[in-house]
Amino acid sequence: MSTAEHPPAETNPVDEHNWVEVQNSPEFVELRRRLRSFVFPMAGLFLVWYLLYVLLADYAHGFMSTKVLGNINVGLIFGLLQFVSTFAITTLYVRHANKNLDPAAEQIRTKLEGGHA
Amino acid sequence: MNNNNAVLNISIFAVFVAITLVVVIRASRNQKTAADYLAAGRAFTGPQNGIAIAGDYLSAASFLGIAGAIAVNGYDGFLYSIGFLVAWLVALLLVAELLRNTGKYTMGDVLAFRMRQRPVRAAAATSTMAVSFFYLLAQMAGAGGLVALLLGITGKGGQALVIAVVGGLMIAYVLIGGMKGTTWVQIIKAVLLIIGAGVMTLWVLGKYGFNLSALLGAAVDNAPKAGEKILGPGLQYGATGTSKLDFLSLGLALVLGTAGLPHILMRFYTVPTAKEARRSVVWAIWLIGIFYLFTLVLGYGAGALVGPDKINAAPGKVNSAAPLLAEALGGPVLLGLIAAVAFATILAVVAGLTITASASFAHDIYANIIKKGKLEDKNAEVRVARITAVVIGVVAIGGGIAANGQNIAFLVALAFAVAASANLPTILYSLFWKRFNTAGALWSIYGGLSLTILLIVLSPAVSGKATSMFPTADFDVFPLSNPGIVSIPVSFLLGYLGTVLSKEKDPGKYAEMEVRALTGVGAEKATVH
Repeated sequence: MSTAEHPPAETNPVDEHNWVEVQNSPEFVELRRRLRSFVFPMAGLFLVWYLLYVLLADYAHGFMSTKVLGNINVGLIFGLLQFVSTFAITTLYVRHANKNLDPAAEQIRTKLEGGHA
Repeated sequence: MNNNNAVLNISIFAVFVAITLVVVIRASRNQKTAADYLAAGRAFTGPQNGIAIAGDYLSAASFLGIAGAIAVNGYDGFLYSIGFLVAWLVALLLVAELLRNTGKYTMGDVLAFRMRQRPVRAAAATSTMAVSFFYLLAQMAGAGGLVALLLGITGKGGQALVIAVVGGLMIAYVLIGGMKGTTWVQIIKAVLLIIGAGVMTLWVLGKYGFNLSALLGAAVDNAPKAGEKILGPGLQYGATGTSKLDFLSLGLALVLGTAGLPHILMRFYTVPTAKEARRSVVWAIWLIGIFYLFTLVLGYGAGALVGPDKINAAPGKVNSAAPLLAEALGGPVLLGLIAAVAFATILAVVAGLTITASASFAHDIYANIIKKGKLEDKNAEVRVARITAVVIGVVAIGGGIAANGQNIAFLVALAFAVAASANLPTILYSLFWKRFNTAGALWSIYGGLSLTILLIVLSPAVSGKATSMFPTADFDVFPLSNPGIVSIPVSFLLGYLGTVLSKEKDPGKYAEMEVRALTGVGAEKATVH
């Protein structure tokens, strides 16, 4: 790649790092593992749950219209559960990020930026 | 709704405009650099930005449209709001923070990070402007219908005037206030909208002893045609196999489109850090979720207290459900307040879209493609963004007047479908797939964009049915009005094929991008004044 094709990075200059070396460092590999092992399964989970809900609403009208409590039916409960699961996953992710991602990311960042301050 | 109401509605709206203009003018102080103008100096807090995101996202379509759809079609209206909400998890888990850490002003920053700059930026800008413009046109044309409903202006000339006023105000907000002013308009509007909807929700529930089941029962009693069917799914989409497939396709575009909407992505650059970007999304999710719960009550409340027949007979049809409910509950004053909030909603959303499209032109096309990233004059980028905003505003006014009264509801579906097909696959590949390269990015953006538009043009939304844009023409060879179910997987596939068929790879640049994305090293900082 010529430099004309990749002009100097748009963001603040913290160049001169060996990025590949940082990327392969045990600290960074661990940070990536912590991020991906949470967000990928969670994304899969909520997408499957959402898709299941859409398919039920689309093709199982009878089941979704079954009344449970007064006029409140299965469809409404499942719909409200989508809200509950969205709020719950949001809260879980924030807790995970605050506890397991932020400190690890900060450590690597401080190390990289500190060396050139 | 009589003329006295119209005067009251206009007065309340004028107060909103006056207050927001003062705020916007105050916000315009200290705007020197492109980061000030295009990213509000990155100085908003997470909660502020979260409220602004809610203001940007909850368009008139989602307030008036969803409440009305629930009032008339029952449960099927509720399905929209769930797709719109769950979609935010994609933004939270996969996009927001990584994007904040690797970009500066636009989606193009992230997509072009490790690619050949000029072709990828051109593609990202094309897609950004296409999505923003479809969305903008839908909002502007919708303003015409809303005017008929809220102000009693039924003549085309009068409606055109109001569309021009809305467009003029939007240009003023964006020119004077930049991203900072626009953000404050969105914050004010979101607070008004959520409080307004919340008060009405409590009011409706209070009428039924805070018993949701009793409210649903009253809605059933007041729906002589549909009856019990409004409580279950299928009234709107359950008719045929094709309509069911169409709904599935819409559901996919909704859940995958949000995290690819450029005007939403751009909001993540207005906060100082990735952590604040995360807090923004969390605030947005709670506010948007609570708002959609309100619309559920408002929709069935409008069904129960106004009735589907009266709603369908009113000017603006389903869109009139929430205003009519406000009138039934609180008389002309509450109607005026809700009408003003609906206008504020359109204004805030169109301002957000305009600044996004102009930022993409100024930053991606002017600064990085035409000037190749070497700007001698530091103010040039802001100047180009301002000029672009005026051009976009004028075109949107013209387009909105021309499209007024046309059935262009499909434009919002189109915007989401393009965002889900062209933008999201490219964003995800860029952030997570090491091998991804320039060819892959170009294939998924241009392929997704052109396939989505082609399928819409060939769909019943454009021709072949009485409800089509061109009802007399007949070239609807693709049966679905929502192309997502085809265009999204095809775009992912194109991105993959384009990548593996090209030899280009740059593992060093990916290493830099990934380290920056995950740690925030070298991320753009807030400007200090």
